Amino acid sequence: MKNLNWTPAIFFGLLMNLATADEVHVAVASNFAAPMAKIAAEFARDTGNKALVSSGGTGKLYAQIKNGAPFEIFLSADEETPTKLENEGLGVAGSRFPYAFGRLALWSPKPGYVDPQGNIVKHGKFRHLAIASPKLAPYGRAAQEVLEKQGMWQPIQSRLVFGENIAQTHQFVSSGNAELGFVALSQIRQDNAEQQGSFWLVPQAMYTPIRQDAILLARGKGKTAAEQLLKYLKSDKATTIIKRYGYDLPK
Amino acid sequence: MNAFDFAPVWLTLRLATTTTLLLLLMGTPLAWWLARTSSWLKIPVGAIVAMPLVLPPTVLGFYLLMTLGPQGPVGQLTQILGLGTLPFTFAGLVVGSVLYSLPFVVQPIQNAFEALGSRPLEVASTLRASPWDRFFSVAFPLARPGFLTATILGFAHTVGEFGVVLMIGGNIPGATRVLSVAIYDHVEAMEYAQAHWLAGGMLLFSFLVLLALYGFGQRTQRVGP
Repeated sequence: MKNLNWTPAIFFGLLMNLATADEVHVAVASNFAAPMAKIAAEFARDTGNKALVSSGGTGKLYAQIKNGAPFEIFLSADEETPTKLENEGLGVAGSRFPYAFGRLALWSPKPGYVDPQGNIVKHGKFRHLAIASPKLAPYGRAAQEVLEKQGMWQPIQSRLVFGENIAQTHQFVSSGNAELGFVALSQIRQDNAEQQGSFWLVPQAMYTPIRQDAILLARGKGKTAAEQLLKYLKSDKATTIIKRYGYDLPK
Repeated sequence: MNAFDFAPVWLTLRLATTTTLLLLLMGTPLAWWLARTSSWLKIPVGAIVAMPLVLPPTVLGFYLLMTLGPQGPVGQLTQILGLGTLPFTFAGLVVGSVLYSLPFVVQPIQNAFEALGSRPLEVASTLRASPWDRFFSVAFPLARPGFLTATILGFAHTVGEFGVVLMIGGNIPGATRVLSVAIYDHVEAMEYAQAHWLAGGMLLFSFLVLLALYGFGQRTQRVGP
């Protein structure tokens, strides 16, 4: 019975913890994991608040958010999923905005292998070309559009391998198991230099723009750190990083 | 979505059957050696066999992707032999699954052989039974429960495989898109009805397997060797 006296103290302690928490849980699509890590570091330096970042495929993150994952902000690889969350009341209405437009690149770690016009798709003697699954990933859908425009979607069907998301697609190519693959430009942009290898930056006209939306989730509503981070994504520091990783910025 | 897609189900069963048969063929001599040797190698080899029990499947898959890839040592060998490279093929999944389910087959058989002791085999050899005869008429029948456990566990564990396949499969319909990957895909694509069908089937299957395993264990205990 004596233990009961502790209950209010513990409860109060927990409350204090919640009140002073300055961490924000961010769910981020695979393609934006690298720039987000950089932005999170700057954010911590400038505001003293910590962003805890979890990356994965957009669809999986959606399922987790729908089932009570503790995320407060969602940076999607598309526009549809955050819209859906907004309509379902899991995202805060009116908080959605585009934070970046993704660029697609056909990349190989071999220098001089991929020509700057992407003709290798038509004439190359590769065994495997990796793309993200078009059903699951916006970058995969874009890759399919490009291959269709080149008239190569059907002819190379048997040589395609599918990553679950853009991160895995990159891994298939970087390990050499697929000679080349459509990845996000952000993945082959290291800090200030291109990664080793060769690539074709696919002209924006060949695929539907990959508009990537951010949204404040219901769990982040009224949380200072979460709202701060969303604002921070539009700051000069953040947009500089976003640009450096090869994304186009919203007009 | 269109009609229910059974391809991942058949592929998974084919993979589990192939893997289990290969493991019984390769695992039995290994288990025999482990059970009967007094060599100093027993402990390190036993530890290597048990590794997949503690390694995350993604670690195994990642190393396989590197090793079997065109720059990896095994990949170089398969290319010289004219086999190409193994990732993104059914054969590659078999290699991965054999490693991944190895302890589940070797350990039950090894335990059964160890429980046998050397006595029955010594008696058999005084009766002039040849080594093969000793194995097939004495050791194997006595160790049968161990073999059955190994078969069921090896099969079921391969059916439940995900991380390794995800890393080296490439999600190719009819070649590497197994059940667990198909479920993952349905969830990623927000097709929860299909995910439920497949996942529910898996749940039922696992329960029945374990039911059979425990039911069998009960019976053998009652009857005794």
